[in-house]
Amino acid sequence: MTEPTIYELSSPGRCGVTLPQPDVPLAELPHEWLREALPLPEVSQADLVRHYVHLSQMNYAVDIGFYPLGSCTMKYNPKVNEQAARLPGFARTHPLQPLESVQGNLQLMYELQEWLKEIGGFAGCSLQPAAGAHGELSGVLMMRKYHLDRGDTGRTKILIPDSAHGTNPASTTMSGLQMVELPSDERGNVDLEALRAACGPDVVGMMLTNPNTLGLFDEHMEEISALVHGCGGLLYGDGANLNALLGISKPGDLGFDVMHYNLHKTFSTPHGGGGPGSGPVLCSAELAPYLPGPIVAIDEAASDEDNVVYKLVMPEKSIGRVRAFYGNFGMFVRAYAYIRILGPEGLRAVSEHAVLNANYLLARLRGTYPVPYDRICKHEFVIEGRIEGAPTVRALDISKRLIDYGFHPPTNYFPLIVREALMIEPTETESKETLDAFAEALLRIAEEARTDPELLHTAPHKAPVSRLDEVRAARELVLCARPVGAD
Amino acid sequence: MSYIPHTDAERRQMLEVIGVRRIEDLFYDVPERTRFPKLNLPPPLSEMEVMWELQALSETNADVDHYPIFLGAGAYNHFIPSTVDYVLSRGEFYTAYTPYQPEISQGTLQAMFEYQSLIVNLTGMEVSNASHYDGATSLAEAVILALNASRRQRRKVLLSPAIHPEYRQVVRTYTQGMGLTVTGDEDPTAALPQLLSQLDENTACLCLQVPNFFGELEEVQGVAEAVHNAGALFVVVCDPISLGLFQPPGAYGADVVVGEGQPLGIPLSFGGPYLGFFATRMEHVRRMAGRLVGETVDMQGRRGYVLTLSTREQHIRREKATSNICTNQGLMALAAAVYLSTMGRCGLRQVAELCYHKAHYAAAEIAKLEGYAVVTKRPFFKEFVVRCPRPVAEINRELLDDYGIIGGFDLSIHYPHLANHMLVCVTEMNTREEIDEFVQALAEVGEG
Repeated sequence: MTEPTIYELSSPGRCGVTLPQPDVPLAELPHEWLREALPLPEVSQADLVRHYVHLSQMNYAVDIGFYPLGSCTMKYNPKVNEQAARLPGFARTHPLQPLESVQGNLQLMYELQEWLKEIGGFAGCSLQPAAGAHGELSGVLMMRKYHLDRGDTGRTKILIPDSAHGTNPASTTMSGLQMVELPSDERGNVDLEALRAACGPDVVGMMLTNPNTLGLFDEHMEEISALVHGCGGLLYGDGANLNALLGISKPGDLGFDVMHYNLHKTFSTPHGGGGPGSGPVLCSAELAPYLPGPIVAIDEAASDEDNVVYKLVMPEKSIGRVRAFYGNFGMFVRAYAYIRILGPEGLRAVSEHAVLNANYLLARLRGTYPVPYDRICKHEFVIEGRIEGAPTVRALDISKRLIDYGFHPPTNYFPLIVREALMIEPTETESKETLDAFAEALLRIAEEARTDPELLHTAPHKAPVSRLDEVRAARELVLCARPVGAD
Repeated sequence: MSYIPHTDAERRQMLEVIGVRRIEDLFYDVPERTRFPKLNLPPPLSEMEVMWELQALSETNADVDHYPIFLGAGAYNHFIPSTVDYVLSRGEFYTAYTPYQPEISQGTLQAMFEYQSLIVNLTGMEVSNASHYDGATSLAEAVILALNASRRQRRKVLLSPAIHPEYRQVVRTYTQGMGLTVTGDEDPTAALPQLLSQLDENTACLCLQVPNFFGELEEVQGVAEAVHNAGALFVVVCDPISLGLFQPPGAYGADVVVGEGQPLGIPLSFGGPYLGFFATRMEHVRRMAGRLVGETVDMQGRRGYVLTLSTREQHIRREKATSNICTNQGLMALAAAVYLSTMGRCGLRQVAELCYHKAHYAAAEIAKLEGYAVVTKRPFFKEFVVRCPRPVAEINRELLDDYGIIGGFDLSIHYPHLANHMLVCVTEMNTREEIDEFVQALAEVGEG
C-alpha cells in the first residue's frame, strides 16, 4: 500500500480553502521583497482530507491496539482530556495577554505545579520544559549552577548508570559536563563499589532512573543517595519511569534533589507520533531558586480572602528560560483533567496495576524467553529475544512478527546491557484478556521460530509495507519530495 | 475506575500466576519508610464534573473569540482551516509514538516527510528536520550547529537585538555550559551595520530575525556575503506566514533558517504546544539535531519512509549526539503540514497579503491620531511600533476593561528605551470594523 505524496496530488489552480477579500484599501507591496515562486501544493479539500485519512490508516496507535513499548508508557489517552484542552477559553488565549485576563490559565498551572510537587515530594516545580529531555537539560543545568553559585567550581562530572536512557549522557554533554558511566551489578542494580569509587569532590551529581530501564527498583536506593550526597553531589531523577511510583513512594523522600516528569507518559497526555510532550522539572527547596521560568505564584499583595490572584515570577537564581513562554500549556490542561479524575487513590491504583500487569506478563513469558534479571519487576521488564532451538532468530524478527499478530512490538535493543533486549511495558490500562492474547502471540512466535524461522525473518507480512531498507535511506538521502513539475 | 479495567476476580488470578498474595507485595524493594505515602490531592471527580469545572475556569479568561486582539510578539492569532483539527483529532495520529517501527508508522513518517518538504520549499533551503520544541529552541539548536560547524573553534555568537528577547534568553540558557560569548545585543538600539562590524575570525554565526521583533524587514542585501567572508554562518529567524509573500531566507544566503511554526494552523493555547521549524543546507545535515525522515523502499521495492541518520541522535550516540532532543513536536508538525497543504500556493499568499494590507491600514489610521506616532520606518509585514502618549500597560488595561480589546505588546518590558511604545499586530483575523474600533479606542484612552 503506497499513498502519493501531497505534491503528487497537486494541480495548478486548486485550493483547499477560501479566504475573504480584503476589506481595507490595498497598500503598496515592497516589490524588491516579493518572492517569485512559492512551491506549495495545490489540492482540493476532499483530496487533502482523503490523503491524510489514508496516511492515518497506515499507522498503528494506542487507539488501535496494545502498544507495550518499554519506557514509553503508552497508556490510553482519555478523550475528555482532548475536549478540555480544546475549550476556547484555554485554546484561544495569547501567552502575553494582561495577566488579569488569563487568571484561569494561571490558576490551572499553579494547581498543577502544586499537585506535581505533592505527588513527588518536592518543594519546587517549573512547567516550562517541553519534553523529558528538555526537563533533563534544565535539571542538569540547575545542578551545575547550584555548585557554581556556592563557589564550588571543581565539579564537572555526572555519574550515569550503563542502563540509562541516551538522553542522560546527551543532556550532560549539552550542559558542558563530562559523563562517567557506572556498571550494573548482577541483580540489575547500580554497582555500589563502582559508585563508591566514582564519588568525589569533582562530582556534580548522579542521574538515576528508578525503577531503571530493566524495570527494576534499585535495591540500594538508600545507599546510593547517601553516597552521592556524601561527596557533595546531587541526585537527579529521570522521571520516564514514574508510572511505577504514583502513591507508592515519593522520589523526594527517596533522596532525589531534582527530577523531570513526562506528562506524556505518566499523566496520559498523548504522544502525538513523537510529541508534543511536556517535561516539568521538580526539585527540593534548596534547588528551587534555580528552576527555569517563569513559574506561577500567588500574588499575595493583590489577593484577599475571597479572591486569589496569580502572577508569573522568575525564580531568583534561575538558569533562565528554556523556551519561549511558559511550556506546553495544552498538555497541562490534559494532565490536570487526568489527575482531577483519578484523585489520590486513583493515582495509586494506576501504579499498582501497571506493576501488576508487568509482573503478570513476565510470569507468563518466563520459561519461554530468557529473563536476564529475574526478580519482581515494576511497571516494565526486559526479556531476551532469543529462542532455544532457533539460532538465527533475533529480537528484531520477533518484534516484526508481533506486528502480524496485531500488536506493536516492545522497545528492542534497549537497554544496551541486555543482548537482544525486548523491553515490555504493558501499562495499567490494558485488560487481562489483552495481556493473555499478547503472551499467547509471543509463545506462538517462539514455536514458529523453531519450525519456520523464515516466517520471522521476513515479517511483517500483514503491514502496509514490508521491512524497509534503512541502509539505502541513509546512503542515498532523499529527505524532501520534489515539487511536481519543478526543474 | 474507567481507566483501569481489572475486576477483583482478575486481580486474584493474576496475583496467583505471579505467586504473591497481595499487590502490596510487589513493592517489597521500595524503602519501607517511604512506602505508600498519603497524597494530599483533591478527591476524584467524574468526567462530567471535571468538564464543568474546567469549562468554568476557562471562561474566566478573556479569549480571542470574544476579545479582538492586536497582540503578537511571537504568538499569532491566524485562521485555522477546519481540516487541521480534523486530521489532528484522528487517534491513529495523536495516540501513536515516535515512528521507530516504520512498517506500521508509514502514516506519521510520510506526513513528516511531507512536512520537511513543505518547510524546505517555504524557506528556500535544502533540508528540514521533523521539528523542535518552538522557535526559541530552534534558534538555540542553530547556534549549536554553527558552533559545531567550526569544530568548536569559533566561540562567539552574534545576536541582533531585534530578535525576540525570549529567544535570545533561551540561547543563553542553552549555551551557559559551553564557554561561548553570546553578544551583539547589549546595545538594544544596535542596527545591522553595528552588528556586522563585530564579525571576526572567532564568530561562529550571526543571527537575524526577518521580519524582526518590531515587524520590520531588515536590509538583508549583502549580509550573507559579509558573514560568509568572516567564515561564519548566517542564521535567520523568520515568520512562516511572511514567506507566503516575501523572499525566503534561502534566496538571500541564509545557512540555517528557523522560526516559530505556530502561525501554521496551531492554536494560541497560552504559549504551547508550538512548533520549532529548522531548515539548513545539505552540507550541514549531519550536524543537524532532531529527527529526520528519509525515503527508501521495502523488500518488494515499494516506496516507504524511515527515520534516518539516527547516528546523530542521543539514543544511538549518547554523549556524542548533536543534541539531547528526543520527543519533538510531531503532532504540531502534522498541523503545519495540513495547514500548508490546505492553504497551498494561493492561500498562503492571500493570507500574507491580508495581513500586510490590514496592518498597513491600521498603521495609517493610528498615525492620524493625536498623541500617537507610528515609528516604524522600514517596510513591515504584520507588526509595527507605535509611540503612545501614555504608558502602554495603562492603555492596555483600559482597552481591556472599557473596550474589551486586547492591545499590543508593551515594548518597555524588554527595551527600556522604548517606554510608551506598543508593538501592534494585525492579522487576517482582524476585520476593518475591529481595526476602526481599536483606533477609536486608542484615541479615547490616549487622552488619559
